[in-house]
Amino acid sequence: MRVEGYGLVDRARPVRFSFDGQGHEGFAGDTLASALLAGGMRLMGRSFKYHRPRGVFTCGSEEPSALMTVGDTPNVRATVQEVFAGLEARSQNAWPSLKWDALEVNDLLSPFLGAGFYYKTFMGPHRLWERLFEPVIRRAAGLGALSGARDAARYEKAFAHCDLLVIGAGPAGLMAALVAARSGAEVILADEGARMGGRMLLEDEEVGGLPGTLWADEVLAELAALPNVRLMPRTTVTGAYDHGTYGALERVALHLPDGDAPRECFWRIVARRAVLAAGAIERPIAHPGNDRPGVMLAGAVRGYLHRYGVAAGKRVVVFANNDDAHRTVQDLHAAGVRVAAVVDSRPEVPRDAPWPVHAGAVVAATRGRLGLEAVQVRGAGREIWIEADCLAVSGGWNPALHLTSHMGARPVWNEAIAAFVPLPGAVPGLEAAGAAAGVMDTAGCLADGLRAGKAALKALGRRTKAVSLPEAVAEVGGIDAFWQVQAKGRAWLDLQNDVTTKDVALAAQENFRSVEHMKRYTTQGMATDQGKTSNVTALAVLADATGRSIPATGTTTFRPPYTPVSIAAMGAGALGDGFAPQRFTTSDSAARQRGAPMIEAGLWYRPSYFPAPGEATWREASDREVGMVRQAVGVTDVSTLGKIDVQGRDAGRFLDFVYTGRMSTLKPGRVRYGLMLREDGHVMDDGTAARLNDGHYLITTTTAAAGQVMQHLDFVAQVLRPDLDVSLMSVTEQWAQFAVAGPRALELVNAVTDAEITDAEWPFMSCGAVPVAGVAGRLFRISFSGERGYEIAVPARYGESLWRLLVAQAEMLGGGPYGMEALNVLRIEKGFLTHAELHGRTTAFDLGMQGMLKSEGDFIGKAGAARPGLLADDREQLVGLRPVGAVKQLLAGAHLFEAGAEAVRENSQGYVTSAGYSPTLQSYLGLAFLKGGRARLGETVRMVDHLRSVQTLCEVVAPQVFDAGGGRMRG
Amino acid sequence: MARLIAKTPAEGLLPVEVAGVRLSEVDPGGLTSVAALGGADIGAALKAATGASLPGPGATTTGRGGARVVWFGVRHVLVMGPPVAALDGAAVTDQSDAWCTLRLDGAGARDVLARLTPLDLRPSSFAEGATARTLLGHMQASITRVEDDAYLILVFRSMAKTAVHEITEAMESRAARLRLT
Repeated sequence: MRVEGYGLVDRARPVRFSFDGQGHEGFAGDTLASALLAGGMRLMGRSFKYHRPRGVFTCGSEEPSALMTVGDTPNVRATVQEVFAGLEARSQNAWPSLKWDALEVNDLLSPFLGAGFYYKTFMGPHRLWERLFEPVIRRAAGLGALSGARDAARYEKAFAHCDLLVIGAGPAGLMAALVAARSGAEVILADEGARMGGRMLLEDEEVGGLPGTLWADEVLAELAALPNVRLMPRTTVTGAYDHGTYGALERVALHLPDGDAPRECFWRIVARRAVLAAGAIERPIAHPGNDRPGVMLAGAVRGYLHRYGVAAGKRVVVFANNDDAHRTVQDLHAAGVRVAAVVDSRPEVPRDAPWPVHAGAVVAATRGRLGLEAVQVRGAGREIWIEADCLAVSGGWNPALHLTSHMGARPVWNEAIAAFVPLPGAVPGLEAAGAAAGVMDTAGCLADGLRAGKAALKALGRRTKAVSLPEAVAEVGGIDAFWQVQAKGRAWLDLQNDVTTKDVALAAQENFRSVEHMKRYTTQGMATDQGKTSNVTALAVLADATGRSIPATGTTTFRPPYTPVSIAAMGAGALGDGFAPQRFTTSDSAARQRGAPMIEAGLWYRPSYFPAPGEATWREASDREVGMVRQAVGVTDVSTLGKIDVQGRDAGRFLDFVYTGRMSTLKPGRVRYGLMLREDGHVMDDGTAARLNDGHYLITTTTAAAGQVMQHLDFVAQVLRPDLDVSLMSVTEQWAQFAVAGPRALELVNAVTDAEITDAEWPFMSCGAVPVAGVAGRLFRISFSGERGYEIAVPARYGESLWRLLVAQAEMLGGGPYGMEALNVLRIEKGFLTHAELHGRTTAFDLGMQGMLKSEGDFIGKAGAARPGLLADDREQLVGLRPVGAVKQLLAGAHLFEAGAEAVRENSQGYVTSAGYSPTLQSYLGLAFLKGGRARLGETVRMVDHLRSVQTLCEVVAPQVFDAGGGRMRG
Repeated sequence: MARLIAKTPAEGLLPVEVAGVRLSEVDPGGLTSVAALGGADIGAALKAATGASLPGPGATTTGRGGARVVWFGVRHVLVMGPPVAALDGAAVTDQSDAWCTLRLDGAGARDVLARLTPLDLRPSSFAEGATARTLLGHMQASITRVEDDAYLILVFRSMAKTAVHEITEAMESRAARLRLT
C-alpha cells in the first residue's frame, strides 16, 4: 500500500510491468519488491527445499527470498531490480503456480528431509543415486533455472584507477569521499544503489539541519562537479584482491529494456587506498513460523516506507531485542500505519506508548498459509494471538564487513553491539568506517567517515582540506543479545536454504561442531545470498547448542564475490571472435579465396587443403597436393613458424648452450638442424639455425612452441648466461615465408628471384640474402617434405603479393598450393617430427636422435638426458608403422599391443602419434612410440582404437619410409 | 619482371569513427628495434643516428625527421621513423612489417582504452609522451600517449584484425553507454 507524502519514487511516472504474466504498476524509482508490495503482493516465491511460500524479507542486496527470473536471467533479487516499462518477472521453484505448488508436499515430509538427510537416506547402490535420487532431488529442490539459450546481450569489462576508492555512499562513505575529493585526491565513490545516499534514503533523519536525503544530494552534487571524482552508482564492489585491486560489478542497463548498451560491466579498480563504508545488515530473531510472507526485517519495513512510500502491511507487529527497531514503530505510527503490538524480548522497555507494548515477551508462533495472518505473543506466563499482516523483526545489526575477510582474516566479536566487527588491517590499504566498522549512530558514522578519509589522505601524502562535520542523531540504541525463541515449531535461520535452528542443533549433535562443519552439513550460508541475514544468528544458535561463547565458536569468513557476479560480465567480449586473438598470415585471404578450409594452429589459422574442381573429399585434395609436391612443385605458407634473430659477439656460444648440437662452427650462409632440450633432458623443440653473418643467426621454432622457446631463450640469456653478449629478437611477424618444394622447386624459385639461383651457389642447407621481385628477401634451402626445398622470405607487407605470384608460377609448372593435410603426409613419409612426437615426454634417445647430443661442452638438458632411466632399452621408441592385414587404416591416438595380447591398458606396448594415407606409397603410414621399438623392426603388432573401434595389424618399420637416403632433397 | 605489391597490416579495415573517437592506421615510416649489446652505452650513437636521446623506462623521445624513440623493454628501444641501418654497440633489427601501428584519438579515447588495457591511463600517471608495453585485451601491445587525447597502439601484424575488432567493440560499447544518458 502506498502512503501519501512518503517516498522518493516519481509518482508522476507510472511504470507497467508483469509478474507471472499478471500486469502490475509501479513508479519510476521502484524496485520489483517495492512495486509488488505497494500492490499488496506478499507472496513472491517458493523456498529451495520445502517449497514454502515466501515473500520479501529485506530491502537490499542481502535479500534471501524474493528471487525471480527477469527476462532470461534467474535468481534476480526483487529488492535490487528496478522496474521499467515492459519488465517481465516470473516466480521460481513453483509448479503449476506460485499459489498452488505441487511440491509443497515436501513441506509435509520435512521431518525426514532435515540437514544431511540425503547422505543418510540414499545409501543404496550408486547407480540408483545417479539415475534416480539425484535427478529427483534436483528437480524438487532449487532456485531459478537457466534458459539454455545463448546470451546475446552485450556485456563489458573495464579498468579504473584512483587514489581512494570509497565503497558505499551512506553518511560515512560520503564524508570520506568529500574530504578526499576536496583535498584533491582522485576518488572513486561506488555504491550498489541506483541512487546514492545509503541508509539516509531509508530513514527520516536530519543531517546538518537538512533532511538526510537532501544533505546527501548536496554532497553528491558537489562531488559530481569535481573533476577528480568519479561517481559509480549501481556498482557493487564484489571483491578485494592483492595490491589494492578490487572487483566491482556495475548494473549498466539492467534497469532498462534490452538495447545495445552493456547490461553489466565488470570493473577492476586499482586503488592506492580504500574505505569500506558498506553499512550494516539487519538480522532476524529465529522464532517458529518466521518465514511466512509478511515477516520482514524491521529496518526494511521502515525503509520501504521512506524510500518507496510503501507500507508493508495494514496491521504491523514489531518484534525486537533493541531500541533501533522502535524507530520503525514510531515511523509507521507517524505515517498512519496501525501498529498492532510491539514485542520486546527485554523486560525493561518504556510502556507509555499509543500502541500495546509487550516487554519481556516473544513471538512464539505465526499463522497464515500464503501470507501472515496472526502472531502468537508469549510473555508474562500467557499466550495471545494478535492479528497482523506484517511482522517487523530485528535482532540487531551486523556490520557489512565481508570485504575485510577476502584475504582470509576473521572478524572479531564486539560484545557492546553483539556483532562481529572487522579485524583492523585485514586488507592492506583498506579501512572500514561507519556502520561497517561497528559505529551505529549517524553522527558517529559521519565522524568516522571523515576520520577514515583523513587517514587515507595522510597515507597518500596529501594535505587535508578542512571539512566541517554536520550535526546528526547521536543516539546509539541499546541491545540485549537475543537469538532464538524456544518454542514448538520450526524457526528458520537461512531462508534461502531452508535451514532451521533444529538443523543447526542436529549438526552439533552429530559432532559437526565447528562453524565451518555446521555450514557444510546444513548448507546454511550458501547459495546466492551467502547467508548475509543468517550467518551470525546461526552461529549463535550453534554456540548455544555446544555450550560455548560466540567468540569461542568463531565465524565463517567470506570469499568474493560479495554479491553474485554473472559469468557473462566476467567473460565480457569473449564470445565468438572475442574468445582469443586470431592470428592471420599474409596469405590468409588468398587461401580463403580459393576455398581453403582453415584450421587453428595455436592462435594461427592455416589452410587445411585447397579444393580443386571435382574433388568431393579432403582426402582427394590432400592426395593430389602430395602428388604435386612429389612430382612437380608445391607452395605452402610457413610464416607461422617462430623466427628469432640472435645477435651479438657470443651468439654462437649462446646457441651451443641451448641446442644439443654445435652452432658456433656453422659457416655464414649455412643452415643446421637443431634440437633443444629442457633442463630435465626431454626435447622441447626442434628447428633450424641459419648463420646470416658472423654475429647474426636466425633460428626457427615450431609454430606451437614459438612463444615457449622465446621465453626459454630470454630466461637463459638473462638468468643462466648473463655473461654472454647476446641479443634476442622475435622476427616472426616481420617476415612472410613460403616453402617451395618439389622436383621443379628450383625453376619456381628462379621465376620469382631477380638473381639466378644455382645448385653450385645454393647447396642443400644454405641460406642468404636474395632479391625477390624487386624486394630484399632471404632464401633458405631446407626441406620439411623430403623434396628439393626452399623457403623464400620477404618483409610481411609483400607477403600476399609474393604468395599470389608463387602460386601462379607454380601452376604453370604443374604445381600449386598445398595445405596442412598434405604437409603432414609428406613429413610422415619422411619420418620428420612435429609436436605430436615432441610432446614433452620424449627424449632424443626415444626419437633415435641420441647422436645429436654433442659430447664436448655443456648444453641445457645434457645431464638430465643422461639419467639411466631415460636411456633404458625398454623405453617407448619412435618407429614407423604400415598396415599388413585386412584392415588398412591407422589412427593417431590408438594403442599398440602384441598381436595375440588382450587389448587392455596393462598390455599397452605404445601408441600412434601421427597417421595418414600416403598416396606416394599407396598405404596408410604411421609414426608411433613402441616399447624397445628400434629392436622390433619387422615385427607385427596390433593397433587398437577403442574409441573408433578399429583394429589393424601393422608391421613395425623404420620411421623414414620414403627416400631414406635423402637423395631427393639434397638434389 | 613482376613487382611485389605492399599491403599494410590493417588494410581495408580502417578508419573507423564512433561517437567522436577515431581509430586509424598510421604509417610510422619504419620501425627499427635497437637493443644494447653487452652493457654498451648506446645513447651517443642513438643521438647521432636519430637526433633523439635514449629514453628511460616508460618514456619516449623525439628526433630528426619525425623520429620517435619508444622504450620497448629492458635495454631495448623501438625507433619509429626513418630506418636505422646499424648502430655501434647495438643489435639492430628491422621490424617495420612486424607491427600494426594504430592511432586512437578524440575525446573519449581514454575511456575506450580503459575497456581493453589494465594500464593506469590517468594523466597523472600516463602523461603525454609516456609509453608502456602492456595488454590490449588478450594481445601484447605497446601503447604511447602522443597527444592529450591521442594514443599510438602497436600490436602484432597478424593480430591487426583482432585488434581492430576489439577496439571497435569498445568504441561501440562506450557509445551505447553515452546514448543511455
